[in-house]
Order: sequence, then C-alpha cells, then structure tokens
Amino acid sequence: MTGIVQNLWLVPALPILAAGIIALAKQRNRVFAASLAIGSMTLSFLLSLCAFAHVLWLSHRGEAELQVVNFRWFQFGNEWLRLGWMLNPLTAVMLLMVTFVGLLIFIYSIGYMAHDENFTRFFCFLALFAGAMLGVVIANSLLLLFMCWELVGLTSYLLIGFWYHNPRAAAAAKKAFIVTRIGDLAFFLGMAWLYAQTGTLLFYDNGAGCLEHTALASLVAQTTILGLTASTGIALLIFCGAAGKSGQVPLHVWLPDAMEGPTPVSALIHAATMVAAGVFLIARIYPLMSASLMSAHTGMALPLHPTVALQVVTWVGAITAVFGAIIAVAHYDIKRILAYSTISQLGYMMMGLGVGGVAVGMFHLLTHAFFKALLFLGAGSVIHGCSGEQDIRRMGGLRKLMPITFATYAVGMLALCGFPLFFSGFWSKDAILHAAHTWSVSQVPFHLGAFGALLTAFYMTRQVYYVFGGSSRLAGASHASPHASTTPRESAAVMTIPLLILASFAMLLGLIGTPAWPWLQAFLDGQPTALHFSAFANVYLLTVMLSSSLLVFLGLGLGWWFYGRKPMEDSQKAGAMPDAMPDAVEQLQPRIFAVLNHSFYVDELYAATLLRLNAGWASVCDWLDRWVWNGAVQTVSHLALGLAWADDFVDTRIVNAGFDEGCQSVSRGGQILALLQGGQVQSYLRRIGFALIALAVFLLWGARG
Amino acid sequence: MMLAWTIYISFLGALALLLLPKGSATLARSLALLTTIVTFAITLTAFVQHRTGALLTVTQKSWIPSLGIEYHLAADGISLILLLLTGIIAIAGILFSWNIERRVQEFFAFYLLLIGAVYGVFLSYDLFLLFVFYEIVIIPKYFLIAIWGSTRREYGAMKLALYSFIGSAMVLVGLLAAYIVAGAKSMALEDLARFPFPLHFQMWAFPLVFVGFAILAGMWPFHTWAPTGHVAAPTAASMLLAGVVMKLGAYGCLRVAMTLFPLGLGPWGFHVLGLGSWRDVFALLAVIGIVYGALVALVQKDFKFVIGYSSISHMGFILLGLMTLNQLGLAGAVVQMFSHGVLAGLLFAVVGRMVYDRAHTRDLATLGPMNLNKAIPFAAVTFVVAGMASMGLPGFSGFVAELMILIGAWRAFPLFAVCVGIGIVAGVAYIWRAMQQAFFAEAGVEPTSMQPPLPPISIPERLGAILLIGASVAVGLYPQMLLNVILPALHSPLFDGLRKGSWQ
Repeated sequence: MTGIVQNLWLVPALPILAAGIIALAKQRNRVFAASLAIGSMTLSFLLSLCAFAHVLWLSHRGEAELQVVNFRWFQFGNEWLRLGWMLNPLTAVMLLMVTFVGLLIFIYSIGYMAHDENFTRFFCFLALFAGAMLGVVIANSLLLLFMCWELVGLTSYLLIGFWYHNPRAAAAAKKAFIVTRIGDLAFFLGMAWLYAQTGTLLFYDNGAGCLEHTALASLVAQTTILGLTASTGIALLIFCGAAGKSGQVPLHVWLPDAMEGPTPVSALIHAATMVAAGVFLIARIYPLMSASLMSAHTGMALPLHPTVALQVVTWVGAITAVFGAIIAVAHYDIKRILAYSTISQLGYMMMGLGVGGVAVGMFHLLTHAFFKALLFLGAGSVIHGCSGEQDIRRMGGLRKLMPITFATYAVGMLALCGFPLFFSGFWSKDAILHAAHTWSVSQVPFHLGAFGALLTAFYMTRQVYYVFGGSSRLAGASHASPHASTTPRESAAVMTIPLLILASFAMLLGLIGTPAWPWLQAFLDGQPTALHFSAFANVYLLTVMLSSSLLVFLGLGLGWWFYGRKPMEDSQKAGAMPDAMPDAVEQLQPRIFAVLNHSFYVDELYAATLLRLNAGWASVCDWLDRWVWNGAVQTVSHLALGLAWADDFVDTRIVNAGFDEGCQSVSRGGQILALLQGGQVQSYLRRIGFALIALAVFLLWGARG
Repeated sequence: MMLAWTIYISFLGALALLLLPKGSATLARSLALLTTIVTFAITLTAFVQHRTGALLTVTQKSWIPSLGIEYHLAADGISLILLLLTGIIAIAGILFSWNIERRVQEFFAFYLLLIGAVYGVFLSYDLFLLFVFYEIVIIPKYFLIAIWGSTRREYGAMKLALYSFIGSAMVLVGLLAAYIVAGAKSMALEDLARFPFPLHFQMWAFPLVFVGFAILAGMWPFHTWAPTGHVAAPTAASMLLAGVVMKLGAYGCLRVAMTLFPLGLGPWGFHVLGLGSWRDVFALLAVIGIVYGALVALVQKDFKFVIGYSSISHMGFILLGLMTLNQLGLAGAVVQMFSHGVLAGLLFAVVGRMVYDRAHTRDLATLGPMNLNKAIPFAAVTFVVAGMASMGLPGFSGFVAELMILIGAWRAFPLFAVCVGIGIVAGVAYIWRAMQQAFFAEAGVEPTSMQPPLPPISIPERLGAILLIGASVAVGLYPQMLLNVILPALHSPLFDGLRKGSWQ
C-alpha cells in the first residue's frame, strides 16, 4: 500500500498531462478532448480512493498517518530548495472531494457546453484547473502550494473570461485575477518571511519542517513590530492570500463578477474547489495559525486557544458570513445570489476554523462543496432550459417543467439552509455554531452566525419560489429577448444524473460528522471513533441545535410568507412587466388584501418596517459593496495609474529631455565652432592676418614695457 | 577548445554573406541560420560537457607583449550560460527576421558581426580584449537600427550609440586606472582581481566602472536609451538588444566591476539619506527601476514601448540580485539574465514580427478592433504564454529567478523586497492591459470587410516561438541545470573578494 504515497503525484499530474495533450489537439476533436479529460479525472479519482483507503488502513492500525515524500528541486543559495507532497487525512479527504465533484462537473459540462464552439479549449482549461487544484491539495511545501495556487488563479482567469467577447466577462476575469493577486502578494511576502525565519518551506520534514515544533517554537519566541510574534505576522500575511482566494471581506468583490463564466466553471471553481482553497490553506497551516507561547512550551498544539491570528480569521469570517447573506437577499440574478451565498458560506468556514479547529471548518467545506456544486449545476440546468435567461423574475413555474432539476435543487437549497436532521448543511453549520457558542473570546460571532443562518433560509426560499413556484413568466418577457424559447424543458440525462448524485451526497454527507458519530473530526485528528448517542444529551449542544433549527424554520417561514403564499403571476396578469414587478420585500400593502383582511395589516406593517429595513440594509450593503469596497480597489488602481502617468511624464520630459538637451547643447557648440570653419581660404587668411597683427601689437606692448 | 570558434564562425559567416551574389535572399538567410545553428551547437556541447562550471581556458596567446595584453579566451559557468543564451537568441532572431527583404546580405552580415562580438565579450578573460569586443558590439547595433529600423530610427540609433560610448568611456577610464595602479603589466582579469587596490581608489573606481556597465544594463536613471532603442530597432535587433546586449552590461557589472573592486561595495562610514554605501545606492536604483519601469509600462500606448519598459523592470531584478551579495541573489541574477534574455526576445518577437509586420501599427487602441486573436491566434497564444512567463508564473524561468532574487534581497534589504512586490503586481497589470487591449479587446467591426486578411504565422516564426518557450519552461522546471554550473563559478577564486565579504 505504500506505493500510493510514492505515486501520489500522479493525481495532479494526470489531468495536467491531459490538458497538455488537449491543447495540442485540433478544435474539432470534441469527443477526444472530453473523453481524455474525463478519463484522466476518473483515474485521479480512483487513485484518490486508493490514497483514502490507505490512510484509513493506517489509522485503523494506529500508525502515523502523515506520510511525506520530499525531493530536491534546485540549489537555493547554500542549501537545496526541496519540494514534496504529503498524504494525511486532510489531504485524503480533500483529494476525494475535489476529484469526485470535479468528475461530476466534467460530465455535466459535456451537456452544458455542447453547443459551444470552443468546447475543446474549455476541457483543456478545466483539466488544467483540476490538476492545479489537486497540486494545492497534496503539496507538502508552501512554495509548491503557492505555485499550484497561482496556476489555479490563472486557470480561473481563463475560465471566467472564457466568453471573452462578452466585455463583462473579460472585465470580470481581469478583476478576479488582480484582486486575488493583491492577496497573493501578501501571501508571497509571508512566505519569504517564513523562509527567512525558519530556512525551510516544507511543511513536514521529520521534525525540520516549518509546521513542526522546532520551527514554531522559534517563531513564537520572536516579537516584531506592534508586539506581534513572528508566527502571527506570517500567519496574517498568508491569511490575506487565503482571504483573496476565498472571497473574504474586503477582497470578495471579484467573486460575484466571476459568475460571468460558464456555469460548470462557477460550480467547480467558484463554489466547490478553488474558493475553498483559501479555507484549505488555513487548515493546512493550522499549526502556524494556532501557535502560541503556551503551545510552544508544552510541545503540543492546543487547538482551541484563540491566538491573534485565529481571532482575525474568526472575525473576518463572521462578518463575511453575514455580509454575504444580507446582499444575497437583494439580488435577482440566479447565479449572483448563489455567489453571495458562497461568500457567506466561506465566511462560515473561516469562522469554523477560527473557533473550532480544522475539523469544524473542513466539515462545512466538504458538505458545502457538494450542495453548492449541486445548486450551481441546478442553476445551470435552469439557465440552459430557459435559453440563457438568468433573471429570476423572468422564470417561475419550472417545478412542473423541470421536475428533476426542481427536486435536486430543493435538496440543495434545504442543505444550504441547514434544514434539520436530513441534510448535510445542518450538521456542518451546527458544528460551527456550537463551536462559536463555546468560544472564549466573544459571543458576537455566534450571534452573527445565527443571524446569517436565518437570512440564508430566507433568501434561498425566496429564490426557489421565484424560479420554480407559480407559473412561467418567460413568455411575458419573450418580446424582450426574442430568442427565448417559450417552454423550458428538462435538461439531458448527462446533466441531470450528476445532479442526482450530488443531491444524494448533499443529504447523506452530514452523517460523517454528527455529534453522535464525529467520524470526520476523529479522522482528521487521528483518533478512534465510536458511536454514542449520548452526545445529544449535552444541554448546550441541544440548545444550539434547537435554536438554529428554529431560525431555519423562521427563515423558511418568512420566505414562504413573502414569496410563496400568493402566486407570483398576479401582477403579470395585470399587464405589468416581470422586471417592473417589485420584489415582495419591497412591496407595500397590496390593496385588495388590505381591504379584505385587516389582520394582515400587522404583518404588512412588519413587512413595511422590519423587512424594509432589512432590504434597506441590504441595499446599503450592496451600495457599500459597489462603491466603498469596489471603490477602494478602484481608487488604489487609479492612484497607481496616476503615479504611472507621473513617471511617464518624468521619463519623457526630464530624464529623456535631459539627454536630448545635453545632445543639443553639444550640437549647438559644434555649430558655433563650425562657423569658424567656413571653408573659405580668404576668411582663414583674414583671421590669420588679424591674429598676426594682434600678436605683433601684444609683443610690441610687452617689449616696450 | 571549440568555444573560440563561435566567434570565428560568426565573423566568417558575416564575411561570406557579404561575398554572396546579390539577389539570393533565401541563400543568405539559410547561410545565416546555418552559422548560428553551428555556433549554438558548439555552445550547447560545451555546456553539456562542462558540468563542473569551473574556469576553462579556451585559448591564451600573447597579443601586445609590451603592455602585457593577451588574447585570452576562457569560460566558466556564468559565461557558459550567457553563451548558451546568445546561441538560442541568435537562432530565434534569424527565424523571426525571415521576412527581411531589403539588403538581406548586409542585414545578416551585421547581425552575425554583432553575435560574434557578443560571443567575444562573454569569452574574453583579458580586460582589454573584453573592451575591444564590447566596442565592436556598438557598431553593428547602430547600423541595424539606423538602416532597418522603424519609428525615429536615426534618433534611437544615435541615442543608443552615444549612451553605449559614454558607458564604455567610463569603463575604459576605470580599467586604465586599475592597470596603472596595479602596475603589474597585465590586463588579465584574475591578476587584477587578485591585486589589493587601496580602499579610497576602489571607492571611486567601483561606481565608475559599475555605472559604465550598468548603463547598458538599463539601470535607472540611465535607461532612457533602452525603450527608444528597442522601439526603433527591427525585430531581430530588439531581440538581440534586450536578449543579450543588455546582458553584456549586467555581465560586466558582475564580472568586472564587482570582482575588481569588491571594497567599493563596502560602507562609506557615513550615511546620506539612509544610504551607507554604493551597494545601497545601486540597490535603491535597481528597485526604483523595477517599480518605475513597470509603472511606465502600464500607461504606454505603443505596444513595443510596453515591452521596452518591461525590460527596464526586469533588468532591475538582475541589478538587485547582484547587490544582495549573497549566493542566492547572485545566482538568481544569473538565472534572471538567462530568463529575461529568452522572454524579452520572445515578447519582442511577438510584438515586432508577428503583430507589427502584419498589422503595420503598434498602437494598442488601433490593434484592439482588429480582432487579432481571431486573425492570428498563434500570436495571441504566444503572447499569453510569454506574458505569463514574464509576470513570473510558476513553471517558467522567470518565477525561479525572481524567487531567488527576492529571497536574497529579503535577507539583504527587507524593505526593498517589499517594494519589489509592488513592481511585481504592476508587472501583472501591464502585461494584462497590453494583452487585453491588443488581442482581446471587444470585437469591433469585422476586419475582413475593410482590409485583406493578415498573412498567417509562418513556420520559422512558430519554430522560433517554440524554441524560446521551450528554453524558458526547461529552466523553470529544472533550474538546477543552470545552477549546477553557476554555483561552482561563484565559488571560483575570481569571486574571492566578493565572497569573503570584506565589507561586512
């Protein structure tokens, strides 16, 4: 079984190789490209399964689960720079998730991209992306991780801008690349600092790696500016990189725009894997994040000790979680709602890492990967069925027309909302909230998280009613977009089967991390597990669980109250355009009901105050998002451009003009001197004559004296 | 040893080209290509055979005995790498100037003369000989630009020649002073490097010679010849200029200025504006060059100026690497010489040959509507790959080199390393902007209706692009290939003065 560790590099290498071969192939070879990409991904998946089995076997036997293979890359000054890969439970779980979700999305893409002229190129990029992402997962060196990380960023750029002839897609791709690069710059500086301090970038190297005790002890012992330890400084710099990739406030601005890419890309990159890479990075360097003087002295990690770095992670995560959820309430684009929801969920993961450790954050990462991929693919199926329509106001009634899509989407939505007991999102979100509840520093992240859960349930209900409820509003909009076919139809099996598989996982995956059988937690920590239902008897746990369930029901109920209760086509029958129809949250008292039933006035009053406030707040946040955060990025870029113009001015007007001026004065001097060289013998003679006379006068003058 | 033949074959090739009958353009091209391939084969053989990287004397004959000047050619690991680079760029340059129709023989004759002289500089071990070759380089460079150039070619050519001469005058003064002070009647590099020049002498001779060479390496604020020169030059000449001629300057800085006068890098004993030595001064200038070059490139309207200024930025990395004075930074600087040589060559090839020779404009705003990524997709792909490599994407040579230099700089000047980060981000931005505007702008009017379709990318261009990308990827994936010979060279007695760190 040890062979799998030696050959683990094949997992990322196979898709990259496939991408290389596809790149050389002609655009026409569609079947070849798709089968090569899917075949390589299948092999990677099988290898990941072997790796996972290997780790399970090791943990069953109680052996050390961490296995590394390091090799020399090149001489770096006096020492060798070494890279390597590793296999531990975290890697194994991530590998399995990425290859499996990736494989399903690859298959789905065959259907979704079937009519695209650049089908081959799409699979090339997709395979390259998968390879790079798998490289991030297995890397045992911060440098190798960074290299794959950059490659992931590049392929993400290429895929967001896949339809580059759409200027918004091109702009979004550029924005994504540059915003994440700002985070990566901090990441790089953190890496350089880490290397300067510890002299190694390998994570684990038989005691000499930078995440092992010796290096950490030396890092926490050093204090730098502002009284932070070196480990905190490095951890925070690396966290900036993670925040950029994982769309944390304030570096999240690129993620909603990234939805201009094809939907499978949104599912794979901007929901399941790439955006999770930041969370994964924090999980990977968790020993560094949680390193404190205390843990250095005792020689063992204390995972729940809130170090400065972890507190920052928690606060940023909690704020992002609520921020994303609020904005999601006020959007109409089906993919943008999901994008803001992703931002919000990534915030939960970060918060989970901050308050509860690796297992809590990773659990939500895994469940989220499945149900969010499911939601995005479902949204893709909807968009495909509606011939490219993305505005939820022009959908509706799809429940009957696209039954499989509806059923799977509903599963994904309930999982995302955290519907109790039967859906994975419940368990993973609950683990985070429970950990936040017991956090020693502050209760505010818990309250933020709980509020976010309420909002999540609300906006997802709203979306589902808009898209699937009532009857179709597509026809009403057909004169606005004449290409829209009148009746949406269910997508092909190649698209629906991945949906079904993902839906089943979105329900079942929660079972690996319930409080009664915390298998994932134990697996990641390397401890044995046992089934014991007595865990539910814990009062705190039950309180958190019940209150979060209540919040979810409240959110669902509110959503139903505003969007599901009365059919949405009413206003359309009145002749209004679906676009002009105000959102129910914004709607004031509907007059007919107001006259008939006074009891509703109370509710409508609530709607007019509390929820309007909410909507107002949502639009404030949206405004903030557009103008403040985005504006900050824009201002910085304008400043840089201004500086660049100034430099250009200096270069042409001063540095260059100095040279030109120098040349001209030399040349003028030459011209003046050239006047003497007229070439006329007479003038030369005349000058010689004058000179002789002057000389004679001078000599005579001297002789006289 | 065979290496000396790189010089002779190039010169003979130039002579043979002039003797060819008129009108045999294909023959002239093939002959030039053959010549460069032979010289490349020689350098590659030497590179493969000479794995240790230690000094290897090629030929040593007395030349002017009364002055102790010798015809002494030798190569160590550093010169081997630059010779290899010259060989690669020379082939690629000819492949990318396959479409030259005017005065073909003369063009390639000047070209081979330039190549031969560059080989000569990299092989010279006697400083007088080095200086002679260094001067020979200037002449064909001037004519290549002035005759076959484009935008403001006389201006660009003259500016380049003047800057080169000023630089070499400074070098000459410094070398003569060293010769006289040492009084050993020898111009051999190792003899002079061994001589303990007095501190106060080194303190003025070092900056003189260093700046003299650094002018050709495009050091800010003496860089202004470079963008205009690059822009004015025909494609092959820009490739040589950015690819190898700028490396001559950097090579001279490392090989001559820093080995002869290591004490000149030491502290002055006082501080001006926080700068305490020439080392600090030049490191600061290098960092300014990196950031400044990148920022100026960000707002250029002319495609070729973008690349021209990017060269300033990348050459700043080399100078910064030299000034770190640690093994990591120095080795990184040599890798960056190779990397920038290949990548700048590639970028100029795309802009000058693939785009300009077809579209007849380099204005980014005009190129946008021409829908170039549909018209010449190979050029777009090549530019994307070259741009990625240039911005330091892992897997390409630039990443390895910049990583080594940055970590080296982090140890020597932590603050500067942070500033360089800004330059790297700006580096992403300017490549991005140029790429977006030139190739992927919004598709405007259909070009086919108005103008004839652009000619497709020819086979020589494809071969040249593959050669250069291949070189960059090979080094990016396995940099030890170069480091195997660089590190022993840095440990040779020649660099004793630097290594012993008498300034610390």
